[in-house]
Amino acid sequence: MAIKTEPFVINVGPQHPSTHGVFRMRLTLDGEVIVDVEPVLGYLHRGIEKLAEGRTYTQNIPFTDRLDYLASMSNNLAYVLAVEKLAGIPVPERAEYLRVIIAELQRIASHLVGVGAFLNDCGAFMTPLLYMFREREKILDLFEMVCGQRLTYNYMRIGGVSHDIPAEFLPALDRFVTTMPGFIDEYDQLLAENEILLARAKGVGILPEELAINISASGPVLRGSGVRWDIRKADPYSVYDRLEFDIPTGSVGDCYDRYWVRIQEMRQSVRIIRQAVEQLPPGEVRTEVPHLLHPPVGEAYGHIEAPKGELGFYLVSDNSIAPYRFHVRAPTLINLTALRDMMIGWKVADAVAIFGSIDICLAEVDR
Amino acid sequence: MAIFNYYPQTLSPDWPGGYWLHWGVFVVIILVFVMAMIMGFIWFERRGLGRFQVRLGPNRAGPFGLLQPVADAIKVLIKEDIIPAKGDKLVHWLAPVVAFVPALMIFAVVPFHDGALLADLNIGILYVVAVSSVGVVGIFMAGWGSNNKYSLIGAMRAVAQMVSYEIPLALSIIGVVLIAGSLSMNSIVEAQSIPFILLQPLGFIIYFLAACAEINRTPFDLLEAESEIVAGFHIEYSGMKFAMFYLVEYCEVLAISAIITTLFLGGWRGPLLPPFLWFLIKVFGVFFLIFWVRSTIPRLRIDQVMAFAWKCLLPLALINLVITGIEVIALPPALLWTVMFLNLAIVVLLALLWSKFFRLGGGRVEV
Amino acid sequence: MTLAFSGEEIASQVEEHLPGSIVDSSQDSLVVNSESWLAVATFLKDTPGLDFDYLTSITAVDYYDYFEMVYHLTSLKHNHSLVVKTRCYEREKPSLPSVVSLWRGADLQEREIYDLMGISFDGHPNLKRIFLWQGFQGHPLRKDYL
Repeated sequence: MAIKTEPFVINVGPQHPSTHGVFRMRLTLDGEVIVDVEPVLGYLHRGIEKLAEGRTYTQNIPFTDRLDYLASMSNNLAYVLAVEKLAGIPVPERAEYLRVIIAELQRIASHLVGVGAFLNDCGAFMTPLLYMFREREKILDLFEMVCGQRLTYNYMRIGGVSHDIPAEFLPALDRFVTTMPGFIDEYDQLLAENEILLARAKGVGILPEELAINISASGPVLRGSGVRWDIRKADPYSVYDRLEFDIPTGSVGDCYDRYWVRIQEMRQSVRIIRQAVEQLPPGEVRTEVPHLLHPPVGEAYGHIEAPKGELGFYLVSDNSIAPYRFHVRAPTLINLTALRDMMIGWKVADAVAIFGSIDICLAEVDR
Repeated sequence: MAIFNYYPQTLSPDWPGGYWLHWGVFVVIILVFVMAMIMGFIWFERRGLGRFQVRLGPNRAGPFGLLQPVADAIKVLIKEDIIPAKGDKLVHWLAPVVAFVPALMIFAVVPFHDGALLADLNIGILYVVAVSSVGVVGIFMAGWGSNNKYSLIGAMRAVAQMVSYEIPLALSIIGVVLIAGSLSMNSIVEAQSIPFILLQPLGFIIYFLAACAEINRTPFDLLEAESEIVAGFHIEYSGMKFAMFYLVEYCEVLAISAIITTLFLGGWRGPLLPPFLWFLIKVFGVFFLIFWVRSTIPRLRIDQVMAFAWKCLLPLALINLVITGIEVIALPPALLWTVMFLNLAIVVLLALLWSKFFRLGGGRVEV
Repeated sequence: MTLAFSGEEIASQVEEHLPGSIVDSSQDSLVVNSESWLAVATFLKDTPGLDFDYLTSITAVDYYDYFEMVYHLTSLKHNHSLVVKTRCYEREKPSLPSVVSLWRGADLQEREIYDLMGISFDGHPNLKRIFLWQGFQGHPLRKDYL
């Protein structure tokens, strides 16, 4: 006898422990199996693109902190790169190296949260997350040394960085860089070969290579699907062309590959920081730029490989003190495009894991 | 302690009025014991988890935070009790009681000392299996009465999981019963000249895993999976009723720890220290193991949990039963140590076999 | 280094295949006639040697007289990029062809533009407001919205 069943709709979020902020999705379930998913966005929409049109170019830097608050430095960097491109401002070499060091530290910090939260979503009760926060704390200490803030940092400036690093920064960074590979191994040993994690993440939420390219995925989501595409290599900015590093790529594009790519990227970031510190030249850290910048009429698209993917700023100038148009190419919003393809057919528990493996930040998705 | 030494000799239950005195004394003892131990467990788990997660844990209320459970209890007691508007009020109200009573009833047959138990039933262990499976009714009532989809999913998972895990649970106990030759908890302890974990290592593993699933502990804590269905069946409970479910959780852990201690670890038996202390030490040891697992590994998915019960634990339990039966009939009792090593070898062999051929199954469902 | 194609160079190639589709071209970008935009997009995506398989970003800019859509295209295969623009002169009910059929990455970005700039995209499978609620009056990123 066939049992009569019917699908039901369950609302996940905006207040839910695993939605990484205020993400909301409407899941249609058939028992435990997901038959449809519809993301509902906008709970953190603050209209930053509109607000930025009323501020000067310098005043907009703090806005970018509030996009992806787990990787504020990267956002700053992408924005100032776009402005520098727009106005043709040179950057001192020392500042370029400092930017690279800070951006890579930020990448490690962001990946630590991303991986930790993913494992937490898989059900490892807080432990991996807190282990990762232990190291993130050290990065925050380093950031506090250079800019005095711990969350919404504001270090990058148009034409360089705000201050030179203090004397105690480099020894502290050195300590961090020497110990970090050991900690990354520790995270890896904690769960990488764990049977349960493999069962939960291997083969789950597969994003095939062609689809990943077609939906304009970027960052670890794209590389997890096996595409060797990293803006740092493909279109080097700052001084990335002088530094040696590899691009880790996954093979099938499942949750485990995305997790693995993030772990490997942390190792590469440590490698980059080591080289950058060795090559760090003395000198100025900032080109003098007028506070009220009037870039020439035109447009510029500056993009970087942010921890979560390709972060781009598209700026249009009308030669006034404020941008005429300020658009953010938010990597996490676009990575969400394939959410439905990845989730359909999996169970509720997988939905959370898949969502965690994309690693989104709602402040950036909604802006 | 004094009561245990003096009790069985001076007041035997067939003494006039002794039955009721025995009953009264032990009900008080069990209630005090359970409440005190639950507080101890809560404190122990929170502090222990704190250590596991590189943080301190509660350390403000009282010395070493010992009064934290008291503070929590007071907080929870004075909270508002909310019943969902469209919930089934009677079922919603009854559910915590239905869940709590069976968990408490288990302690009737747990021997704290030789003969020191409320009722030395000659079918003690059967009683435990029977009573502990009633608890799921309370959980299902909670899930149903809350009129919430999350709690309904939690209740569905609970029923599926508990029904499946009852079978390996009961089968693994039979091994112990075969060796001890009795169903009475007290006789089982008395029969353990060496702890049965050495004679029944496979039985212990199966019982431990199945029991973890029975009491919803990681990695089988699906019905209250925080990251997926928020809190599962008790999502709509607050105030005292929530506290009841919280008590049930720890009461069940305590009961399972006590039963594992009794069946496999030699109960109150041990050298030097007084029996009651041995019993406590062993209970805390088992509990430590349970929350160690909780703090480390991720959660399984529902289909994997079911596959684990039916494809892994059930065959292993049957094999264990057959082997134990053969050993009990064919081998003379003098060969205790031989049997021990033989069983250990069998466990290693079976574990290797299963790890090679058993895969935590399940995958994408075409929809 | 990603090779940024000059608009003029691509314009001549496109013009060969689809005469009359190019409105304007400069060093950094080419402007396409909105009617033939979908055909040009298909051409850019499928022509060997161009292979713009990756739609990096879509933006709309409000210039009062017209809306300008800016498409940043990249080819992951050849590592080159191109900026394509198309314009929409209608202000009351602006409408443009959707490129979701070519690049699904446009899905959420076109919804965002529809929501904030008020340009509707023909052929989009699920054109709804994305950040603001249904029934919100106006489109905030337009220059005349205060």
